[in-house]
Amino acid sequence: MEAGSKIDHHLFVRENREVVFSDATLEKVRSLIRRYPEGRQKSALLPILHIAQEEMGGYLSVDTMDYVASLLDIKPVEVYEVATFYSMFYLEKMGKYVLEVCHTGPCSICGGEEVLQHIKEYLHIETGETTPDGMFTLKEVECLGACGSGPSMQVNTEFHDHMTVKQVEKLIDSLRRKSEEEESSKGWAEQFS
Amino acid sequence: MGRAVLLDKVNVPGIRDFGVYREHGGYRSVDKALGEMTPAQVQQEVIKSGLRGRGGAGFPTGLKWSFLDRKSDKPRYLVCNADESEPGTFKDRYLMEHLPHLLIEGLILSSYALGVKTCYIYIRGEFKYLVGILETAISQAKKNNYVGERILGTGFSLEIYVHPGAGAYICGEETALLESLEGKRGNPRIKPPFPAYKGLYDCPTVVNNVETLATITPIIGMGGEAYAALGIGKSTGTKLMSACGNINKPGVYEIEMGLPVEDFIYSDEYCGGIKNGRMLKAVIPGGSSVPILPADLALNTARSEARLLSYESLSEGGFESGSMLGSGGFIVYDEDACIVRNTWNLTRFYRHESCGQCSPCREGTGWMEKILYRLEHGQGRRSDIDLLVRVAKNIEGNTICPLGDAAAWPVASAIRHFRGEFLEHIK
Ligand SMILES: Cc1cc2nc3c(=O)[nH]c(=O)nc-3n(C[C@H](O)[C@H](O)[C@H](O)COP(=O)(O)O)c2cc1C
Ligand code: SF4
Ligand code: FES
Repeated sequence: MEAGSKIDHHLFVRENREVVFSDATLEKVRSLIRRYPEGRQKSALLPILHIAQEEMGGYLSVDTMDYVASLLDIKPVEVYEVATFYSMFYLEKMGKYVLEVCHTGPCSICGGEEVLQHIKEYLHIETGETTPDGMFTLKEVECLGACGSGPSMQVNTEFHDHMTVKQVEKLIDSLRRKSEEEESSKGWAEQFS
Repeated sequence: MGRAVLLDKVNVPGIRDFGVYREHGGYRSVDKALGEMTPAQVQQEVIKSGLRGRGGAGFPTGLKWSFLDRKSDKPRYLVCNADESEPGTFKDRYLMEHLPHLLIEGLILSSYALGVKTCYIYIRGEFKYLVGILETAISQAKKNNYVGERILGTGFSLEIYVHPGAGAYICGEETALLESLEGKRGNPRIKPPFPAYKGLYDCPTVVNNVETLATITPIIGMGGEAYAALGIGKSTGTKLMSACGNINKPGVYEIEMGLPVEDFIYSDEYCGGIKNGRMLKAVIPGGSSVPILPADLALNTARSEARLLSYESLSEGGFESGSMLGSGGFIVYDEDACIVRNTWNLTRFYRHESCGQCSPCREGTGWMEKILYRLEHGQGRRSDIDLLVRVAKNIEGNTICPLGDAAAWPVASAIRHFRGEFLEHIK
């Protein structure tokens, strides 16, 4: 692991992709906006960015962010400054499965360091990298609020805990198989009733 | 076992469902409050209960509620802090996952007492699956007329919404949380003004922790005085402890305040002792931000009295020999743990989570991390230890929000109690 702060400089490139939500998603977006008082529609930004990231390829392109800005009637920069602040938003394309491994104290003293090291060796990638087939991106994240069942990790916001070296191999293998089938877990939009 | 008032029904099959929860006495507190009590009486019970905020600071909840600006004609808001991101803390998650209706009931009671019509649950984005669980509970409550318009035929109406964050520890700090809820970066605000006057959308706002708000339910059910009879001294009632680290039985436990730390660690009812028969080395008793205690000071105070799980006992001895109850995130280290490595790890956390607004925190956490990294990797210098102490001192008390202190205390306390181990890393 490297020392000190790593500063990420991102150059955002417009892809000139057309971004539009489906009618069902737009309906969900409108109902989310109604949860906040008149004129405070900007409050819906985080929930909508979650949905946008999930439905628009697993990351927030400038085009996606501009589209979200237009939906909320706010300036694009108001979306960029938020998207860059929160660690759950990705600004560039990720692997199909983002493996987010907790590296904070409690997990790390319960075997987390070995698990992380093993994932690197098993996938032949370092933290922050994506496997050449575009299947896995490895990230180290801070405490996931699951310290009692650590080492814990998330696969695209789905929790996995009690990880061991064996367990993590099994998980990766099963994701490889699953990638050929349909996704089954509930999306962001479906969380809100 | 001490008396459980929050988790007493956690093992009832299907308790997450409205019907089952109701069958087991659920929503009786709301029936009682809306049927027989005025909002002021509900607040009075909370004051009598002696309940103190379970988010970390331990501020009396009834007193906090009494600060709410009731003269303003703006709408008032209740915000439930479910950001739970302090390393070692996972009790709110447990509560929401298993007993969502206990929280919803607490939110209804609190909103009634405070005259609030809109309540937001701000939950950390990583708990995506809990958003669905909570939203389901809210809509079940709504179907049964416990949420929504004219609740139980009274004039009281309430909407509750779940609002996900997106990965930022700092959004647990109440003013950062409000900024985030307004759709902005989570930069803490300068206080005053306090949220009680200018909170969400500049309106009077109360921010309370999940466990605090869930506890209002048994308080109204049993009465404030009965609740205050539990616990010890000014640490009334029960507390959820999330225990992790090198113990046999990590998990969430409800303890009656005043339980000796030794019982908590070694009893089979709770942590079940140190894993693999090892020796206890150190404990961080209240989430990563509070000072670390070496084994002897974790079990006994400097005056050789048994250390208890209570606000007063854990902080006895001040920073010299005490710590804090904090969030109840109880991290246990066995004899093999490396304190330097652990301190580096936690400092990296604070460096990463600093919002960057104030220089002492932004720069100081970065410097501390670099120095600790160098120590941990055998490149340290003798002067580094005092340098660390100086940097920590210069952060403490000089920042907009308490994250600065939270980053400084673990470093300062680790050096205070384990200086020898730091020195060994230099040789
Ligand atoms: C950096 C930082 C992080 C915090 N994180 C949380 C949190 O995740 N949950 C929480 O309830 N309180 C957290 N707090 C405390 C809140 O600012 C606030 O005091 C608390 O929500 C008040 O609720 P209570 O009075 O019920 O404890 C945090 C404070 C700081 C300074
Ligand atoms: S103390 Fe740190 S986290 Fe808090 S406002 Fe200052 S820079 Fe931000
Ligand atoms: S330290 Fe890994 S989940 Fe808390």
